[in-house]
Amino acid sequence: MWSHRLVAGLLIPLSMAAPARAGEWRGGGKLLLATGVTTIEGAAGGGLATWALIAGNETRNGIGGSAHVTQVQLDDFGLTTFGAAIGAFDRIEVSYARQRFDTRAAGATLGLGRGFAFSQDIYGAKLRLVGDAVYDQDRILPQIAVGVQHKRGNRDGLVRALGAKSASGTDFYLAATKVLLDRSLVVDATVRMTKANQTGLLGFGGDRHGGYRAQFEGSAGMLVSRRLLLGAEYRTRPDNLGFAKEDDAFDLFAAWAVTRNVAVTAAYADLGSIATVSGQRGLYLSLQTSF
Amino acid sequence: MTFLLALAAATLPVPAGEQPVDPYVVDNANAGAVPVRGDALWQAFHGQAGVGRIVDSLVLLNTSDPRISDIFKGQDLVRLRRTLKEQFCYILGGGCDYTGRSMKDAHKDMGLQTADLAALIENLQKAMRDEGVPFGAQNRLLAKLAPMKRDAIER
Ligand code: HEM
Repeated sequence: MWSHRLVAGLLIPLSMAAPARAGEWRGGGKLLLATGVTTIEGAAGGGLATWALIAGNETRNGIGGSAHVTQVQLDDFGLTTFGAAIGAFDRIEVSYARQRFDTRAAGATLGLGRGFAFSQDIYGAKLRLVGDAVYDQDRILPQIAVGVQHKRGNRDGLVRALGAKSASGTDFYLAATKVLLDRSLVVDATVRMTKANQTGLLGFGGDRHGGYRAQFEGSAGMLVSRRLLLGAEYRTRPDNLGFAKEDDAFDLFAAWAVTRNVAVTAAYADLGSIATVSGQRGLYLSLQTSF
Repeated sequence: MTFLLALAAATLPVPAGEQPVDPYVVDNANAGAVPVRGDALWQAFHGQAGVGRIVDSLVLLNTSDPRISDIFKGQDLVRLRRTLKEQFCYILGGGCDYTGRSMKDAHKDMGLQTADLAALIENLQKAMRDEGVPFGAQNRLLAKLAPMKRDAIER
């Protein structure tokens, strides 16, 4: 009896002090696909292009996150990425990804040994500055975010021998993303200041160019249903190394929100020439879970 | 002028089955969006009958959705259905006038969050799907409603 009253006595002042559910934190609340998928560098985006969207299903009232694994099967190489990201208040994103680039049989031809692999860890942070890609449909202003990606490769001696200045480096980017709902379109344009060779797997800087250079990456997609986004991406690269040409990359992708918490992305990717081996095309497959 | 309008609003009769609300100025601007041009979108929604079914189904989905049903408890759902039908008809180019309150006034002090709006949008998407509204047409209505987040959502 008295315990009931005690509980009521404790609860009533609390609930009265908090009108209309004030201060309530919640998980979830983003519309399907409004969280994006995960790039090969671990940030919320498309596959190649980092977007201004913040990872996770949360809104400004909560914290969310995502985890992903991606496999890119090229003609002569394989790239595997896995990682996780946390999104806080739809404002800040921190991410980690590990990339492993397997030279497979080509490793022997390149004199590295069959199955020789380059790896790097990518630590990312992103801050949404202004705009809401989904809700600001009466404004031209896109959602704009700035971010950094600090990358640490594991083959310092080798990438230096190939002409790179360092096995680690930091990219800085400015991303603008907009959903044009009345046309069912999603567009992104991102400028990245970078020294990275093959996203950093072949080190940073080179004998041809040493310093930071601005590169472009972008995506354009069409929402064909609330679960399915079909699109294309393009990414320019610095081409710093004398020994091996680096080409721009592009892909055609389908991102499918299977459920609120699972998205699968399949793409045909063309990464051009990698480490002297030209015409690297193949299938990109990514699985993401988000909450 | 405003005084005269306010006076007119105050003396508006209460439609059958509805509860009276505090006086306000009736104005199509209260709908919170400029109507689309032409009547193609109105046709895509199957006109008055289609919008009627969509709104009835939307209100039913909202009141039985555990994420947001509490917010609708004790509210005047007869009025809500009527004003929502007017609002959608006005925005979709159906030629109606909107006689309800502004989005800011209608949702004042409800403490609505972005996640509540996302839930409502998902329910609206289901109602539009069930009515057979093409996906592109659905998005054109959502594009009109999305910016109302700034007026309806407080936190
Ligand atoms: C941008 C999206 C929204 C639109 C276009 C919209 C539209 C409307 C309209 C036209 C009214 C009636 C106004 C009047 O009575 O004069 C209304 C009232 C109401 N809305 Fe919304 N609404 C939106 C978002 C929401 C959300 C997210 C919720 C909660 C989940 C909500 C809950 C209510 C409730 C409970 C009422 C009744 C208020 C009352 O009778 O005092 N609305 N809304």
